[in-house]
Order: sequence, then C-alpha cells, then structure tokens
Amino acid sequence: MRIARPAALVVPALVLLAASAHAAETMGASTAPWWVWPLGLCVVCFLIGVIAVPAGIGGGTLFVPIVGSFFPFHLDFIRGAGLLVALASALAAGPTLLRSGLGSVRLALPMAVLASASSIAGAMVGLAMPAHVVQMLLGAVVLGIVVLMFLSKRSEFPHVERPDPLAQALALNGVFVDNASQRVVPWQVHRTPAGLLSFLVIGVLAGMFGIGAGWANVPALNLLMGAPLKVAAGTSGVVLSLVDSSAAWVYLNKGAVLPMIAVPSVVGMMLGARIGARLLTVLKAAVVRRLVIGVLGFAGVRALLKGTGVWP
Amino acid sequence: MKSLPEQVVVQPPEQLRYARLLEWGTRVGMAVLLLSFAAYVLGLAESHVPVAKLPELWIHPVGRFLELTQSPTGWGWLALLHRGDIAGLLGIAILSGASVLCLLALVPIYLARGERIFAAVCLAEVAVVVLAASDWLAGPH
Repeated sequence: MRIARPAALVVPALVLLAASAHAAETMGASTAPWWVWPLGLCVVCFLIGVIAVPAGIGGGTLFVPIVGSFFPFHLDFIRGAGLLVALASALAAGPTLLRSGLGSVRLALPMAVLASASSIAGAMVGLAMPAHVVQMLLGAVVLGIVVLMFLSKRSEFPHVERPDPLAQALALNGVFVDNASQRVVPWQVHRTPAGLLSFLVIGVLAGMFGIGAGWANVPALNLLMGAPLKVAAGTSGVVLSLVDSSAAWVYLNKGAVLPMIAVPSVVGMMLGARIGARLLTVLKAAVVRRLVIGVLGFAGVRALLKGTGVWP
Repeated sequence: MKSLPEQVVVQPPEQLRYARLLEWGTRVGMAVLLLSFAAYVLGLAESHVPVAKLPELWIHPVGRFLELTQSPTGWGWLALLHRGDIAGLLGIAILSGASVLCLLALVPIYLARGERIFAAVCLAEVAVVVLAASDWLAGPH
C-alpha cells in the first residue's frame, strides 16, 4: 500500500507529461481534427486538477506553464484561459470557505483592492509585451515558485503577539473551528502595511501571467501577516476571486478569451480537483509537494527555453 | 485532544451574505457557460468563427486573431450573442462580475454598523472591477 499511494499520484503526473509532450510533437499539425485540442486540453487539465489540490496550489499555477509549453495555442489565449480556470476554482470554493470561517472577507478585502488594481496593470503590460518575452519571464517566475515551494516553511498557527495599529483599526481578526484538532481558533494579524505592499506585487504577477496567485497569497498571509495556515489558504481563495475578476475583464475586453480553450480547461480542472480532494486524505503531503515541484520545474525550464528559442 | 465547545461559531452576517450571493452568481455563470458551450460544439448555434478553422487561427497573437476573424473587442460581443462561440462569453462575463453584486450587498451592513472604512473598501473594489470591465483603460484596440 505504501507504494500504491504515491503511485496514485505519480501515474497522473507521468500521463500529464506524456500527454503534454505528445501535444508538443503534433503541434501545428493541420491534419489533426479541431476537437483533438479541446479534448486533449480537458484531459491534461483533469490531471492538473488531480495533482494541484493535494499539492496545495491553484490549478492556474500549473496550467499556464504546462499548456503554454506544450499546446499550440498562443500564450495570449492561454493566459486568458488560465485566469478563468483560477477564477472559476476560487468562485466554486469561496462560499464553503466563507461559511466555515476559513476564508475571511474582512481580511481579504483590503488586500484584494490593491491586488485587483495592480492586476489590471499587469494584464495590460502582459498583453502588450512580445510573446517570447512573456514566455521567458513566465519561465523565470515559475522557477521562482519552485524555489519558494522548496524553501518555504509553513506555520500552522503563527504566534501574533499583538496586531499592528492598522490591523487593529480595521479589526482584521476572526475565529474558526479547526476540525482536525476540534478546537475553536481565534486569530489576528500583524505587519499589515507590508502585507498590503506584497499584494500590490502579487496582483501584477497574477494579471501579467494569468497564473492565479495562491502560491504567493498563502505565504504572504501566513508567514508575513501571521494568519493561521488554514485561514491564509481560505482567504487566499477569496482574494483570488476578486483579483482574477479584474484581470479577466481586461483579457475579455481585448478578445483574449476563447471559449473553445477556456471552457474545456475549466471543466477538466474542476473534475480533476474533485478526485484530487479525495486523494488529499490518503496521500502524503511531502510526496505530493516533491512531485509538483518536479512537474513545475520541468514546465518552468521548458517555458524559459521556449522563450529564448532554444527549444521552440 | 480538546473537545469542541458547546457554542457554535457563527460567522459575521456580512460574510454569510457574501457567501450566499457568490454561490448563486457562480451557479448562474457556470450554467450559462456550460449550456452555451454545449450548443456551440453540438452545432446548435451558428459560430462566428467556424470550429474547423480554429487550429489555424489560435496560434496567432490576439491582435492578429481579431484581424483575421473580424471578432469584436470590448463589449462588442453583446451584439453577437446569437453566435455559438460568442455566447460563451456571457457566462464568462457573469463569472467575472459575480463579485460586484456581493460587494454592493455588504455596504448597507457596514454602514449600519458605522464601519465606513469597510463600506468604502467595498465600493473601491467595485470601482476597480467596473473600471476593468468598462474597457476604458485599454484604449484603442
């Protein structure tokens, strides 16, 4: 059984890479019927959804580098679809997170205002830049995420001595029931100005690359501001639903959202996430993290090489 | 292991209202998105861009794609909602705009409690989303 559990995840990861590589080989093949691409996209997104949930990262983070590296769609449309994938996932999870107290509207709103405004700027800059430059930057950012995932230590219940004056004025605190320990956990945050600044930067990256921003939201809320890990993850979803809304409108207005790419991606990701959520209880988090770091690292190198023209 | 206290933890009313409206907005948006896409791929509605031509078009940057397909930008898609591929954008627009209604619904709660700062934060977020949706920032396409 010890072998079977990691294998449950290794198999979809290998199939994901194989399917992506096959897509790359047949890239541009005009003989392939049109429906091959959305169907392949749906399958790949299903596999991304399966491994993204147990890894604790948004599907959007894997979507853009993998699809951008191995599918024939232009990066403009992939980023538009990536934002929609991240938005749909955040919207679907939002109500449950808010009702349970794992997501906090009070904590999310101030962060979301700044991140939303900067995501518009990021989206506009990203759409104005040449594709190879965006691809190179994307590769660099994805490899940065890999390093962040590799090095970052998460704190389940950070100790916050006292809230800073801004957090106190905005009453950025709350309470939630931790089902794992059967405890009622009150929480508060500190370093709010630094947190607000970090969300300004996170918004630019989310808009520019269409990769969602859960990978950055959670460390900012948890390690920097001191929110409990579960509250940080839940509130990150609420922030994402607002930030990606703004950026998605920019892509929509520019004509960079193609339903034929976006809808199969959303459907595949949501179905895969359901399976991933079930695997969450049986898989070892460390195994999943190592696997995702490997897949993400490969996609990041591929994006970098594609952008530089070494591996077009 | 500590046992859960008797009292039930109730989340603030604004959070529950936000959750309820977000749930409905997402359901409507997803339903419109999936139904319109089904009509599109099953050929029940005529497409603005024939599906068979897509593989030779989606390899181009968005500017070139729009040029080749004479597709609309901004809110121009509203006039072409009867086309299968364009109809999908309505579901995407509903999903992208779902948060606006939720935020507006919080303003009276915050004002009634005297939390003017949070009412202003909600309105600021609405202004940002509306600005993004207005296409005003994007300039000429």
